[in-house]
Amino acid sequence: MMEKLIFGRYIPGQSFIHKLDPRSKLMGAIWFIVIIFLANNWLTYVALTVFVLTAVKLSEINPKFFINGVKPLIWLILFTVILQILFTSGQTIWFRFGPVVISQEGLLNGAFIFTRFVLIIFMSTILTLTTMPLSLTDAIEFLLRPLNAIKVPVHEIALMLSIALRFVPTLMDETEKIMNAQRARGIDFGEGNIYQQMKSIVPLLIPLFVSSFNRAEELATAMEARGYKGGEGRTKYRQLAWENRDTLVMVAFVCLSVGLFVLRT
Amino acid sequence: MAMDIRFEEVGYTYQQGTPFQSRALHDINLSIKDSSFTALVGHTGSGKSTVLQHLNALKKPTSGQVTIGDRVITHFSEDKGLKSLRKKVGIVFQFPEAQLFEETVGKDIAFGPKNFGLSEEEGLAKARELLPLVGLDESFMERSPFDLSGGQMRRVAIAGVLALEPEVLVLDEPTAGLDPQGRKDVMDMFYNLYKNQGLTVVLVTHQMDDVATYADHMIVLEKGTVMKEGHPRDLFKEAGWLSSMQLGVPSTVRFAHELEEKFQWTFDPLPLTTDELAEQMQHKLADKAGESL
Repeated sequence: MMEKLIFGRYIPGQSFIHKLDPRSKLMGAIWFIVIIFLANNWLTYVALTVFVLTAVKLSEINPKFFINGVKPLIWLILFTVILQILFTSGQTIWFRFGPVVISQEGLLNGAFIFTRFVLIIFMSTILTLTTMPLSLTDAIEFLLRPLNAIKVPVHEIALMLSIALRFVPTLMDETEKIMNAQRARGIDFGEGNIYQQMKSIVPLLIPLFVSSFNRAEELATAMEARGYKGGEGRTKYRQLAWENRDTLVMVAFVCLSVGLFVLRT
Repeated sequence: MAMDIRFEEVGYTYQQGTPFQSRALHDINLSIKDSSFTALVGHTGSGKSTVLQHLNALKKPTSGQVTIGDRVITHFSEDKGLKSLRKKVGIVFQFPEAQLFEETVGKDIAFGPKNFGLSEEEGLAKARELLPLVGLDESFMERSPFDLSGGQMRRVAIAGVLALEPEVLVLDEPTAGLDPQGRKDVMDMFYNLYKNQGLTVVLVTHQMDDVATYADHMIVLEKGTVMKEGHPRDLFKEAGWLSSMQLGVPSTVRFAHELEEKFQWTFDPLPLTTDELAEQMQHKLADKAGESL
């Protein structure tokens, strides 16, 4: 079961996108999500799609992974698309059955919403597939740094994030182990009615909680034993380096944004 | 029903079809006889744990087939109906205390039997019966498993597996992290189940002393293949080969080898337990004393 959970997982590689600074990737992804709302006609959507597909190509990752990223959200997307189709009023009516009216504008809007969802997912998947989670937290810490001025504990937030990310695989291993142990004691996970299925979660969750708390305590002790005192004056093992290619990516985003402003109606 | 377990050309690949795929087992053939005490040894990453999870179909082979009693498990076997198999083959996982979750020790031991159709009362009765067997007394029934010491938790978890009354008992380093006395107690308990109730025991371990003392069959795994299979007495003769597998020999064998080197003694058969060693030494020393007179 755990083995199928590929979405949001780092895939090592040496592509152009992999080599980018995590800060430029993170800023790019956020920027993209903002400017995608500028698009309002098919030309702009084509431009955005071409941009994203180029990025997918540059990441040298099997497109299958991107499709897999969309899968878990497909029902949510379809639901939104259907709402959009049904509730957009338009001039050209294609189909009418009682209160159900489907117009050309509705279909077009539905297609746009669908594309918007898929593009956003693709873009964030590129980010998570090509960036190590720890680099990502470094980038977040860097970008949040200005907030230090208003006494936001940026370093602590980043530390919590990296610890959480660091323990995702550990927790998944642990989950698998405990599932195996309980299965060996006769539990069928994912079988039976809803009530039985919910009941079967208890023997999994309690041991997981217990071991997480134990692990947290051990980790805290280990950190204190090694004299950890937080962010003040702390140097970094992984240095972030901004290269020409990162500037290039930022320029590409500026061009895309300008293009969208020109093309939108 | 004899519970022989047979692996035929079993291969297993983790995360097949992804960039993370890795081969854990390569065409393994092995057999575990009914009512035997089999030790599965091999250093870290040799595939022991993967083999273990095939013993009650927690994992299905990606190639080849596993025969457990009269059930044949292949890659295409359905998940349904495996439950009866899991009652027959009980697994005590490494650090089994991680599986405890109930409010009381009694309820936790009764959890397994209840899943296999026993009532709450029957399960609790079974728990009461099993506690002395694992070296705890009835006063533990109402205690919370999370208030116990590590060793006591381990015993409760083991009782939770024994409560299924399995015909095959699979043990994954059951003594890891226990003190020497706890170690001996736990191993002796398993040995008694094997001797007195005819249970088939499969022991995964790094402790060669335990292998020598208890096992009558030994399987050496390395890089996902079976390197050798046989009686511990025969396999421990090849100390050099074992150390090339990053495995050692039991302390009795090491002691005997040192005596052989120093005094040109020969031990036949190779002593596996301390008693065997002591007896043979006694004879040799008596002979020596006779010569010098």
